[in-house]
Amino acid sequence: MFRRHERLRDSYDVVIIGGGGHGLAAAYYLARDHGVRNIAVIEKGYIGGGNTGRNTTIIRSNYLTPEGVQFYDESVRLWQDLSADFDLNLFYSTRGHFTLAHTDASMRTMRWRAEVNKHYGVKSEVVDAAYVKNALPMIDIECGGHAPVLGALYHAPGAIARHDAVAWGYGRGADQRGVEIHQETEVTGIDVEAGRIKGVRTTRGYISTSKVLCAVAGFTPRLLEMVGLRSPIYIHPLQAMVSEPIKPWLDPIIVSGSLHVYVSQTARGELVMGSTLDPYEVHQTRSTLDFTETLSAHMLDLFPFLSEVKIVRQWAGLADMTPDFAPIMGTTPIEGFYLDAGWGTWGFKATPVCGKTMSHTVATGRNHPLIAGFGLDRFARFELTGEKGAASVGH
Amino acid sequence: MKQLRCPLNGVRPVSEFAYAGEVRDMPDPDACTDPQWADYVFNRSGVPGVKREWWCHIASGYWFIAERDTARDAVIDTYPVEKLREVHRA
Ligand SMILES: Cc1cc2nc3c(=O)[nH]c(=O)nc-3n(C[C@H](O)[C@H](O)[C@H](O)COP(=O)(O)OP(=O)(O)OC[C@H]3O[C@@H](n4cnc5c(N)ncnc54)[C@H](O)[C@@H]3O)c2cc1C
Repeated sequence: MFRRHERLRDSYDVVIIGGGGHGLAAAYYLARDHGVRNIAVIEKGYIGGGNTGRNTTIIRSNYLTPEGVQFYDESVRLWQDLSADFDLNLFYSTRGHFTLAHTDASMRTMRWRAEVNKHYGVKSEVVDAAYVKNALPMIDIECGGHAPVLGALYHAPGAIARHDAVAWGYGRGADQRGVEIHQETEVTGIDVEAGRIKGVRTTRGYISTSKVLCAVAGFTPRLLEMVGLRSPIYIHPLQAMVSEPIKPWLDPIIVSGSLHVYVSQTARGELVMGSTLDPYEVHQTRSTLDFTETLSAHMLDLFPFLSEVKIVRQWAGLADMTPDFAPIMGTTPIEGFYLDAGWGTWGFKATPVCGKTMSHTVATGRNHPLIAGFGLDRFARFELTGEKGAASVGH
Repeated sequence: MKQLRCPLNGVRPVSEFAYAGEVRDMPDPDACTDPQWADYVFNRSGVPGVKREWWCHIASGYWFIAERDTARDAVIDTYPVEKLREVHRA
């Protein structure tokens, strides 16, 4: 699918660290829209092998903050013609997305989100329990009596897509436009001189460059340490699991913040399920029985008829969390060092818009207007972009 | 790590405990600058390594310290908070 490059060149105009969806999308738009083609994408494993290939692929824009809603809405727009753009089927599938509310407090948050969403032209509405039951006949709307569903936030554009294909599509498109993708190459150091990027050390040699885009998700603190920047990013694993394939019964995507569950059914019939973060910091992608047990119990609260269905796989990724559940993007105090991070449990849907806005930022040296609310400097100003009400479980 | 040794209650399943982050020194709020205070409030050491952390045994409400390697998820030691004060004085 790609060219293989025997050796790294001595220098590139831009070095992108991390061959996940975000790094590859930035490379693609830099080459396609900004005419910057002398780019190396450096990936320590294989492309899409990080969180891009581990995520549960929920795409939506019904966030809480004006900054978030506008940003994710632009991403949903960009997703629509990507398959055609790449000439590669991303299996983008619009399903509709229900965020269930089991308490008055969450009903209030749903109303708040619906109003902000509608203000920015995003399809989003509060529906009652009868509407949910009608759309989802298989649900136990009372949840066994202990957590009755009171209503939901319904978001018609909610979608899922094939995650690997997103990395391949952006990667191939970038490769065809002259970008070099170097897999199995790890960045081991970044040279900064007088506050400017000078070069990047890798396991396959030294590269001089004046621009580095860091898009390494769960590895961000290690890269920031190389350049001496501090950040609020902390790492917890996030796990997911998949059932054996069963007959199609679930069209929409279902999320319950109170029960810590989200689930969708793939075209192959598997249920893809996830929950909240693991409860403490770990830099390992091991799986736990705690996770499978707790999530299965909550799945059965909603869908008791699944009790005989088997779990066939589980896995984890390293989520780069921020205190306000908004990303950290854009320019940094180091000239030529650009950051696309803090994507935690919610960054897959943003892959296209991150590529668009970061390519603009890297090409011009100035933050794209859509990422103005996401700067690293917002913390020192105590100006957080509070997205927790819409991002903590729902992804 | 599926179990944790609580200095008060002995070895218990990890699900009985709450994690409350790394032990950090608070700067004097009256003496430090705004950026120093923001650094304390928000910034964290997100890199893997051996860290000294706050943990609570929920059932008994007992707070203690664990030293844990976050790269391997291996607990090296757990001890009462009083010992932390000794470590700090030393
Ligand atoms: C279980 C799970 C479920 C999720 N569900 C959703 C969801 O439903 N919807 C949603 O929108 N988001 C979801 N997310 C979040 C989403 O997966 C991520 O935010 C997004 O994929 C991040 O993409 P990325 O390209 O920035 O990072 P990644 O895909 O992780 O890519 C980073 C790459 O950097 C490489 N790298 C790291 N260090 C170095 C180095 N020193 N040198 C070279 N390369 C390096 C890594 O190998 C990796 O390939 C989920 C995440 C997980 C773990």
